Amino acid sequence: MSGLRILVPVKRVIDYAVKPRVNRAQTAVETANVKHSMNPFDELSIEEAVRLRERKVPVEEIVAFSAGPPKAQDILRTAMAMGADRGIHVQIDEKEGKGELEPLGVAKLLKRVVEKEKSNLVILGKQSIDDDAGQTGQMLAALLNWSQATQASKVQVEGDSVIVTREVDGGVETLKAKLPMIITTDLRLNEPRYASLPNIMKAKKKPLDKKTLKDFEGDFSARLKTVKVTEPPPRKGGIKVEDVDGMISKLKELGAL
Amino acid sequence: MTSIAKTLRPLARAAASSSRPLRPAFSRTAPQIRCLSSTLPRRDVDISDIPPTPITHLSDTEALMAESVSKFAQDVILPKAREMDEAESMDPTVVEQLFEQGLMGVEIPEEYGGSGMNFTSAIIAIEELARVDPSVSVMADVHNTLCNTAILKWGTEKLKKEWLPKLATNTVGSFCLSEPVSGSDAFALATKATRTGNGYKINGGKMWITNSMEANFFIVFANLDPSKKYKGITAFIVEKGTPGFSIAKKEKKLGIRASSTCVINFDDVEIPKENLLGDEFEGYKYAIGLLNEGRIGIAAQMTGLALGAFENAAGYAWNDRKQFGQLIGEFQGMQHQMAQAWTEIQAARALVFNAARKKEAGEDFVMDAAMAKLYASQVAGKVSGQAVEWMGGMGFVREGLAEKYFRDSKIGAIYEGTSNIQLTTIARHLQKTYTK
Ligand SMILES: Cc1cc2nc3c(=O)[nH]c(=O)nc-3n(C[C@H](O)[C@H](O)[C@H](O)COP(=O)(O)OP(=O)(O)OC[C@H]3O[C@@H](n4cnc5c(N)ncnc54)[C@H](O)[C@@H]3O)c2cc1C
Repeated sequence: MSGLRILVPVKRVIDYAVKPRVNRAQTAVETANVKHSMNPFDELSIEEAVRLRERKVPVEEIVAFSAGPPKAQDILRTAMAMGADRGIHVQIDEKEGKGELEPLGVAKLLKRVVEKEKSNLVILGKQSIDDDAGQTGQMLAALLNWSQATQASKVQVEGDSVIVTREVDGGVETLKAKLPMIITTDLRLNEPRYASLPNIMKAKKKPLDKKTLKDFEGDFSARLKTVKVTEPPPRKGGIKVEDVDGMISKLKELGAL
Repeated sequence: MTSIAKTLRPLARAAASSSRPLRPAFSRTAPQIRCLSSTLPRRDVDISDIPPTPITHLSDTEALMAESVSKFAQDVILPKAREMDEAESMDPTVVEQLFEQGLMGVEIPEEYGGSGMNFTSAIIAIEELARVDPSVSVMADVHNTLCNTAILKWGTEKLKKEWLPKLATNTVGSFCLSEPVSGSDAFALATKATRTGNGYKINGGKMWITNSMEANFFIVFANLDPSKKYKGITAFIVEKGTPGFSIAKKEKKLGIRASSTCVINFDDVEIPKENLLGDEFEGYKYAIGLLNEGRIGIAAQMTGLALGAFENAAGYAWNDRKQFGQLIGEFQGMQHQMAQAWTEIQAARALVFNAARKKEAGEDFVMDAAMAKLYASQVAGKVSGQAVEWMGGMGFVREGLAEKYFRDSKIGAIYEGTSNIQLTTIARHLQKTYTK
């Protein structure tokens, strides 16, 4: 094997610490003047790719990719400051929730990028915290007809095999597959680093390719229509019960038992 | 599904308790034009052709850096801030991490192992650190704006090669000017230097020296020819461990208690002639120059502190504390105070960032720096004091950080020139301008 050519797709999302608010027309979540940052699962993906290289796994190249508005370049710079070698930005005009890519569109686009970049390992977040769809990695695996290991909590590369540990109910599951493959990341995989100042400066000099959807062959249009977006109902105050018996009878009363 | 959302939002970041937006005042929507910060530091530049930008506009690199430092400070330093204050000492791992993040060599060029950033980046870093812990902030401040800058400006190539890589990666610096006999009247210093066969010998004592517990590298001002009065002052580099160098006492303080402040004795401390910084008899000029710049750093420490104190209290008033059946932040009496405080913080920040940009652009910034430090320390004192009141009893106890911000704020009016000294500087400029 000549070495890993890792592709890491990253998405710009509303920061995890911000409370999202639905717009007045109830068509989407407010994004104007809201702090955005890299989807936290994607930080894990970048970190894992960089750690593979630091663990002396032969890594030829780590490419960060993002499809999104012009500001998505900020998170590509962050990805490069964390250790990706270069970035690819496909600029999407997202106005009022229109023109946004759906998971299938992203997966089709990623397939083209994988072919062009000759990637043999794609590390994606298991989901992005804005739409919580959790589909892209699996769709990409299907489109490419590659092996996939989702929700990874540990990744080891041995020659051209990859061993992925995933946490499942009541234990761990260990999978082994041959490259090329798709991995999606879960929370306990690693702890992403903070971009250090010297690396932020280095990232400035790393190449960032700017493209549009027209540069890729295929139909990436949306197939779904958002009917309505609403806030979750406000949480009702709880009650205190005296003892275990009180709790059991209350649960019965609520039909939960 | 809600349970998944719950595990996701707070995510791996242990201290995700904060829902405060990053750098709330700095909108990053300004047009992408060449801004001052992309100019090289310490070069004469003509900025007349550059379209003016809002003072609060940051370059992409500065914005990315601000975000990264803020995240680092929140996750790594915040959980230790209270503990370090109580212990009156700096956690060595924090110092290590400051080096790892490149925060101790902000302006040191890459070829010397530094971060190679501009002056304003150092100011942003100092502000972000102070938002979380003003003690950690002053460590980075003194190290970057005084020590590193001194070597960058006046160090010989040999000194630069020897010290810059260390200062960027593992050696903390201290700046030794003040003495028991000389505070505001800094140039009345009594420490003496004499020439020896192959170097110099230093005798005397320093007081109030920040970072001295952690530092290994000391810039020491001593008089090489007292007959010349202050024009005899010369700057030297002294390493901890040089025979005759000793730390006599560590001060116990009101605020910034995790930052070490010590009395240092020099008893026949012999140093080689290579440890002369710049030229003999130029020391007083270096000291003035460094403190003029350094003041912007202290001003940023104070605006960062004010932001931190405000955000801490605002979070409480608008989310946690209810009285008379409503959040205390709903009372107009509270809201107006908070609006006033926020306005003053932003006014102070405008002074700070304007001073930084003027320095970077090669303009005269001395009066701007004095105004920034004066006003930022006043605002920090006022806002952190009010923030304690806004939180009531919870602001007064040592459980949270409100009372710590308040105590930490006082130093801003004292070091690197007291508020009176800043006023004197400002007045001197004004008098020069308005004397007919
Ligand atoms: C925590 C801490 C850290 C420090 N770190 C360092 C350091 O790293 N390196 C270093 O060299 N020094 C350091 N200092 C020293 C600091 O810079 C001095 O404390 C400061 O310059 C004031 O000097 P002083 O304490 O002697 O006060 P004084 O000069 O005695 O001043 C006392 C009062 O008199 C007023 N006053 C004095 N002269 C005038 C005047 N001409 N007009 C009007 N009012 C006047 C002052 O404003 C002040 O209110 C530090 C001090 C502290 C407390």
